[in-house]
Amino acid sequence: MHPVLRTVLQRLGLGLLTLFVVSIVIFGSLELLPGGFAEAILGQGATPETVAAFNREIGMDRPATIRYVEWIGGVLTGDFGYSYAGMGGSIKRSVTDLIAPRLYNTFFLALMTAAVAVPLSLFLGVMAALYRNSWYDRIVNSVTLTTIATPEFFIAYLLMFFFAIKNRWFYSLSTVSTSTEFWEHVYRAALPSITLTLVIVAHMMRMTRAALINLLASPYMEMAQLKGVPRREAIVRHALPNAWAPIATVIAFNLAYLVVGVVVVEVVYVYPGIGQLMVDAVSSRDMPVVQACALIFAATYILLNLSADIVSIITNPRLLHPK
Amino acid sequence: MTAQAPDIRLVRARRSFTANVKRTLATAPISAWFGMIVILIYVIAAVFAPWIAPYSESEIVGKAYQPSGPEFWLGTDQIGRDVFSRLIYGARNTIGIAFVTTMLSFFVGGTLGVLTALKRGWLDQGVSRLVDAFLAIPVLIFALMLLAVFGKSILNLILILALLDSTRVFRLARATALNVVVMDYVEAAKLRGEGMGWIIFKEVLPNILPPLITEFGLRFCFVFLTIAALSFLGVGIQPPTADWGSMVAESKTLITFPVKTFPYIPTPFYPAIAIALLTVAINFVVDWFLHKTSGLRDEL
Repeated sequence: MHPVLRTVLQRLGLGLLTLFVVSIVIFGSLELLPGGFAEAILGQGATPETVAAFNREIGMDRPATIRYVEWIGGVLTGDFGYSYAGMGGSIKRSVTDLIAPRLYNTFFLALMTAAVAVPLSLFLGVMAALYRNSWYDRIVNSVTLTTIATPEFFIAYLLMFFFAIKNRWFYSLSTVSTSTEFWEHVYRAALPSITLTLVIVAHMMRMTRAALINLLASPYMEMAQLKGVPRREAIVRHALPNAWAPIATVIAFNLAYLVVGVVVVEVVYVYPGIGQLMVDAVSSRDMPVVQACALIFAATYILLNLSADIVSIITNPRLLHPK
Repeated sequence: MTAQAPDIRLVRARRSFTANVKRTLATAPISAWFGMIVILIYVIAAVFAPWIAPYSESEIVGKAYQPSGPEFWLGTDQIGRDVFSRLIYGARNTIGIAFVTTMLSFFVGGTLGVLTALKRGWLDQGVSRLVDAFLAIPVLIFALMLLAVFGKSILNLILILALLDSTRVFRLARATALNVVVMDYVEAAKLRGEGMGWIIFKEVLPNILPPLITEFGLRFCFVFLTIAALSFLGVGIQPPTADWGSMVAESKTLITFPVKTFPYIPTPFYPAIAIALLTVAINFVVDWFLHKTSGLRDEL
């Protein structure tokens, strides 16, 4: 087998294994509670009969291994079970129905942000690395440091205050529904997207700059300069081929960061995404929804890191010969 | 008559600890000074909160949403509590909880990291693989899920965040300790028959302290921001305890639904600014410390 293919397949296998372990951790967290989940939710005063009835309702009366197999089997076919919210009544609410439209909204927001943030931060980072210690570099550095240190909700409210309240350019609350048209959706999701872009660009730019400075300081770049290769050509022919791997890592890391940042920003703008759903479910301790959301977030996170690994393997022949 | 011999000991005497601290501080850049002064102010506010704050944290002292004035310096919040007092108590609660969490996380992660580096073998393999699985889930998501399972309380918040954060500390402690445990003096201590506790805390730990201290600053920032975010989301520190994250969440209607007749009150921005200022200050100090201890490392 081709060595590149083999390494990629190894990484894929490792990624799947991690996903499997993570799914066990997510499922198993519910078993950790001393005395059981039913008692915790119903309180001390609950009679044993109510606890038993609740346990039967959520299926806790059967062994954990069987429930895990059922759960993971359902997840693989797109069935996350039923929410506790409609429990006991005649209308059962399927978690998948709750999540599906929101998942679309969250991915919409994330992709929209990534489409702007990735090129912008790469450009800014490369410029900062090329002209390091210049005024441009210093200004950009202090601005990004401040942005990183600021909580997302603060940036979000500042933007909302200036662009939706003081100047009524955007809506302060991003309400969208399934019938919202594409451009209307873009317009309504603009402010959350700008907030996320600001946070991510700061991180990504700093990491790009650090990775490139590392690269520009390497001996072969000095050699290229000494033998008289023009600066532009030295960067395009010598630096860039080695820069793909760190840049891919930076992008994946920050898109993974985006997955988390989405939660807070969605709550601020009341954007109907999966992050907001998860926070609501945590407040009402609706475990099937919480576990489904956690699994989706974790899977996205793992897949992003996995793809960065694969890009670095493909672009860096040295990784093919591990010591 | 013999000439007075110069006191050699005096000349050779090492600089005392305070003298060293003074010399180091003299070279600190303005940004680091700014950071240290800000941190000092926060610590004073946190420690002496009951003496500084004009009112108590949950006492209703006036009408709702009063603008700032001589009576209430920063106005009152949605049910008429003094915002300035709550900000000061918030320093105590938010910083205190973040500090306790980070200490706990460093104690667990650091000890376990050094221990696995010393012992290696199956213990090292087992713990490392478990930590890898934990690292594959974002902290905020994991924390949200565990809070849903165990319920919202300050104790649960501290334990959950400390556990999740200790996995990050473990990685660093183990990686740095691996370079130290092969040193001769560790071998000597083992041959002397010293106990595991002595080797961890007296032999290895002092030698991996500089990177751990830097990491402490960064992890504290991270824990602090995570607690603020969780409280903002309504699943962290619960009212009526004053906390900066939940203070923003409680007064957010002032931004999202400003009523025309209602004067604009910047109440939600004060706690948010307090959070941002502290994180920037800590970052400045950490940057300086990194620069001092590594010299070459380009700040990331």
